[in-house]
Amino acid sequence: MSTTKLIPKAGAGQAASGRTGDKVFSGAALTAGALIVAVLFAVALFLIVQALPTFSAAAADITGGKGFFSYIFPIVVGTLIAATIALLIATPIGVAVALFISHYAPRSLARGLGYVVDLLAAIPSVVYGAWGASFLASNLKVPYQWLAENLGWIPIFGGPASGTGKTILTAGIVLAVMVLPIIASLTREIFLQAPMLHQEAALALGATRWEMIRMAVLPFARGGIISAVMLGLGRALGETMAVALVLSSGPLIASLIRSGNQTIAAEIALDFPEAFGLRMHELIAAGLVLFLITLAVNMVARWIINRHKEFSGAN
Amino acid sequence: MSKRIDVSDLNVYYGDFLAVEDVNINLEAKSVTAFIGPSGCGKSTFLRTLNRMHEVIPGARVEGKVLLDGDNLYADGVDPVTVRSQIGMVFQRPNPFPTMSIRDNVLAGVKLNSRRMPKSDADDLVEKSLRGANLWNEVKDRLEKPGSGLSGGQQQRLCIARAIAVSPDVILMDEPCSALDPISTLAIEDLINELKDEYTVVIVTHNMQQAARVSDKTAFFNIAGTGKPGKLIEFADTTTIFNNPGEKSTEDYVSGRFG
Repeated sequence: MSTTKLIPKAGAGQAASGRTGDKVFSGAALTAGALIVAVLFAVALFLIVQALPTFSAAAADITGGKGFFSYIFPIVVGTLIAATIALLIATPIGVAVALFISHYAPRSLARGLGYVVDLLAAIPSVVYGAWGASFLASNLKVPYQWLAENLGWIPIFGGPASGTGKTILTAGIVLAVMVLPIIASLTREIFLQAPMLHQEAALALGATRWEMIRMAVLPFARGGIISAVMLGLGRALGETMAVALVLSSGPLIASLIRSGNQTIAAEIALDFPEAFGLRMHELIAAGLVLFLITLAVNMVARWIINRHKEFSGAN
Repeated sequence: MSKRIDVSDLNVYYGDFLAVEDVNINLEAKSVTAFIGPSGCGKSTFLRTLNRMHEVIPGARVEGKVLLDGDNLYADGVDPVTVRSQIGMVFQRPNPFPTMSIRDNVLAGVKLNSRRMPKSDADDLVEKSLRGANLWNEVKDRLEKPGSGLSGGQQQRLCIARAIAVSPDVILMDEPCSALDPISTLAIEDLINELKDEYTVVIVTHNMQQAARVSDKTAFFNIAGTGKPGKLIEFADTTTIFNNPGEKSTEDYVSGRFG
């Protein structure tokens, strides 16, 4: 008779309880994973079902009277303009701030700066909106007039400049300030993880600090920077309150320094309280479009990151 | 090109802690010098001061002189970037840039100095450097593949190719074989023997047989105890160090009685 057995009997103490733990954990992990998919699916389903009446309605009944596409197109473009302005401003500054904190600032200063940047992310968006509307907009009136006078031949700076400063450019700048801490703190974490091994390799070849960053830090952080920018873009696309407060909206126009343009999120927020019937379905359809844009943006980001997988250093 | 290094009265500090005390040593051009000694004796730290790579470590500083063919590396106005482009370094763990192809890895250092280089010149340099590192035949058909796809030994030789591509005067190696298998180690040791025809090579090693096999001269570093600074105990021809050392502690170490 042997005393040790390869396969213990069911319920044989230690081994069995260990396996129960495994089962519980894998069950919990599976539930959590499935929950995310289920929530996403439920949101998509809700949006589609609630938006359907819009698509079957007569073109004349839609706001603007020319069908859903001509209603949604200007605010989609407005949303993209505001988000693009925000990213064009916030990405270089955010990456630069992160690099300064991770690789240039002395340690004591770096820590303080890191906290300050994180604090920026904690400010409620309505505060940003109030600041943008009451302070930033009025201070930008003069620069906008200057732009209209001197660079007015470029369509995006076409005059006459807004008398209040509440333009899509102002909204974009406010969004940039809101997105900045997201990009800066995420990229900072990535930069800090850049392998010392490769940074030393670059320095030992006679690289200056900036060259070392270009050789060993930025390529390593590439995927992370794209992810951070996409997260920032997600916030910029969906940001409601700040835009609603800052932008004095209107029809789609090319000029960034005149009143006009509107974003999807602000449109929904401003009109939803009074909307009923078809108008409500219309706004939910607008929400569906915003959802699809965000989805597309994330898929493009994944594709960009995966394209260079072979060189990512993960292998 | 190769140059000699003369070190006089060198002290290395980490903050207030004296890590390496009072080193005087002369490293001949076109020779291989090995640094041996127990862990923590400061030999790697000292090696890094020879191309100012210790400055990467926060708080590390140096007092004393390191002369590269008579020019003090620590004189006022000397840029560590220039120093490092003349004194290359190979690290303990192979560290080719993972985001670059094999070819770009070899050219990494060269591209820093001269931005534009005709493609044919670059191709020639890549071949010459990889041949110099005994790696050409293994990688010539996959120069555009990432360097991280090579084996550990091949990666280390790629790093050596990258170091010699900038034609340095001196090559420092910090335990270059400690992460490699015996066959790859042999390939690197053969390579070191060839490198000394053109370069001054300084190698830190934990492996005494390796020091005996590759070096012309050997320096033995030791430490009196934890918290005490590391010191250069003895520096002589490798055969002398291993067969007839002048110091008792050297003899104890090389004969395996301690360390």
